[in-house]
Amino acid sequence: MSGALSAPLPGTAAAPSSSRGGSRKVLPGFNLTLGYTLLYLGLIVLIPLSALVLKTFTLSWDQFWAAVSSPRVLASYRLTFGASFIAACVNVVFGLLVAWVLVRYSFPGKRIVDALVDLPFALPTAVAGISLTALLAGNGWIGQYLEPLGIKLAFNPNGVVIALIFIGLPFVVRTVQPVLEESEKELEEAAMCLGATRLQTFTKVILPSIMPALLTGFAMAFARAIGEYGSVIFIAGNMPMVSEITPLIIIGKLEQYDYAGATAVATVMLMFSFVLLLVINALQAWQRKRSGGIK
Amino acid sequence: MKSAKLLFAALALAASGLASAQTQSLLNVSYDVAREFYKDVNAAFVPFYKKTTGKDVKIEQSHAGSSAQARAVADGLDADVVTMNTTTDIDFLADKGVVAKDWQKRFPHNAAPTTSTMLFLVRNGNPKGIKDWDDLVKPGVQVVVVNPKTGGNGRYAYLAAWGYVKKKGGTDAQAAEFVGKLYKNVPVLARGGRDATSAFLQRNTGDVLITFESEVESVNQEFGANKVDVVYPSISIVAENPVAVVERTVAKKGTADLAKAYLNFLYSDEGQEIAAKHYIRPTSEAVLKKYPKFKQIKLFTVQELFGSLAEAQKVHFNDGGQFDKIYTVK
Repeated sequence: MSGALSAPLPGTAAAPSSSRGGSRKVLPGFNLTLGYTLLYLGLIVLIPLSALVLKTFTLSWDQFWAAVSSPRVLASYRLTFGASFIAACVNVVFGLLVAWVLVRYSFPGKRIVDALVDLPFALPTAVAGISLTALLAGNGWIGQYLEPLGIKLAFNPNGVVIALIFIGLPFVVRTVQPVLEESEKELEEAAMCLGATRLQTFTKVILPSIMPALLTGFAMAFARAIGEYGSVIFIAGNMPMVSEITPLIIIGKLEQYDYAGATAVATVMLMFSFVLLLVINALQAWQRKRSGGIK
Repeated sequence: MKSAKLLFAALALAASGLASAQTQSLLNVSYDVAREFYKDVNAAFVPFYKKTTGKDVKIEQSHAGSSAQARAVADGLDADVVTMNTTTDIDFLADKGVVAKDWQKRFPHNAAPTTSTMLFLVRNGNPKGIKDWDDLVKPGVQVVVVNPKTGGNGRYAYLAAWGYVKKKGGTDAQAAEFVGKLYKNVPVLARGGRDATSAFLQRNTGDVLITFESEVESVNQEFGANKVDVVYPSISIVAENPVAVVERTVAKKGTADLAKAYLNFLYSDEGQEIAAKHYIRPTSEAVLKKYPKFKQIKLFTVQELFGSLAEAQKVHFNDGGQFDKIYTVK
């Protein structure tokens, strides 16, 4: 692998000077790298995914439809996609705030806070699920004060949303942070000089420039939440029709040795996520075009 | 030249020495909560095998959810023996041709050296006064139970409740109504046995936990002896703990005799005593009588009321079955 990567490198030294006038690419070795890219993606992503789809082909169309559209499965789609959407929205707002503070201000312990953001990445999600449940259940540190007020956060859909917010946060912060860091202060100063209010500066100058990054962060947090299992399973309560997420339905089918049914539901989830990612990509492209010069 | 020859001889000697010292190993793939039980079994079996055959053996254990383990073995995990908590899991392996088709006839008592039953755990002092299945459907009682879709523990709890109505002379419709009411009282459907126990004891959720008798011992050890009271219902179900030799592996590794000896050991008095200590019901009447902690209640088998677990699976737990109806029909 390293051979394939390093082979084109010697040529690159000469490239910048000659690339100016002609049609030569800056980085040579396009054929080689394209071949490598396709092979690698094929091995790691496409083959496993096509195995998934192939397995569902052992079902007839009617069986497939029955497996993916029973009322319990439909209820689980609503919960999984709904909770993931809410969690990703919350993460966009508060992730932006966190990124903002981390970029624009300095305070003691900032580096620790910065490192904390990555914790949900590093933690085994089951551990997160268990700790969240311990906090929010009726006898937990926080739950014991909320439950008498009629606020139940564990063992119902609220718990699902909270777990998904937890695991999705770093995606938004880490995509927005570098863009905020790069955004030029002069633009804001110029806006101020021309008499813009703070709100106008934010909505007309800053927001458009970070919009693509925010959308990317949203997409990643959303996609991650849809597939999440470990953290949710402990806090959800797992009641059919109420708080059963789709990955649990898949595990349930596997426990019944219904491989084909499990992959059928998984394929449906895959299609949903794929479409959603496409939509978000299109949004991003549109956004970039609209905000033109800024980036 | 001479030294080379010497070296070669030494190497050959060392190699043969290694070969004779090489001990056979056996992998027992089992379900989650049997970990401590098999640890004790293995500690007793190794010296027993050495004494009877003169051979050293090494026993390895692997534990996880019962059906997850069965899937792993079907997919190629080299288990010599499988010891599960539902016959469904071994039937699945028989279908795949990994264990013998007639595995239930290879060992006594339908190849189940031990059994367990479903009972109730309630909070210390039994504040809600729970005595029998009827108390579980009363309004205001919260029952913690495993999701029958994801755990054998949950399937037995469900079938036990159903069987209770049937054994008292009820019809299927009455049983369905009773079970439906019971599951309306469930605040948390746990994913597996341990998950249910921790929801009940660590999270303080619910008033009753329906679980295996064998779980009582680990609860007492884990949470202290006075946290829960054990309640035996008037009628409950027999849950067999079946075992089988994995023919595919033993043919390859040449461990058939060892695997057989290991499973037979579970039927020996020593093996049965170890089971009894772990709150797992021995099938040996003599050993069972020695332990008054195993309360004699009216027990029924899956075969008696449901034909087999496979049939119960079809009628009750597969998609669109009885269990789904509880949650989809309002």
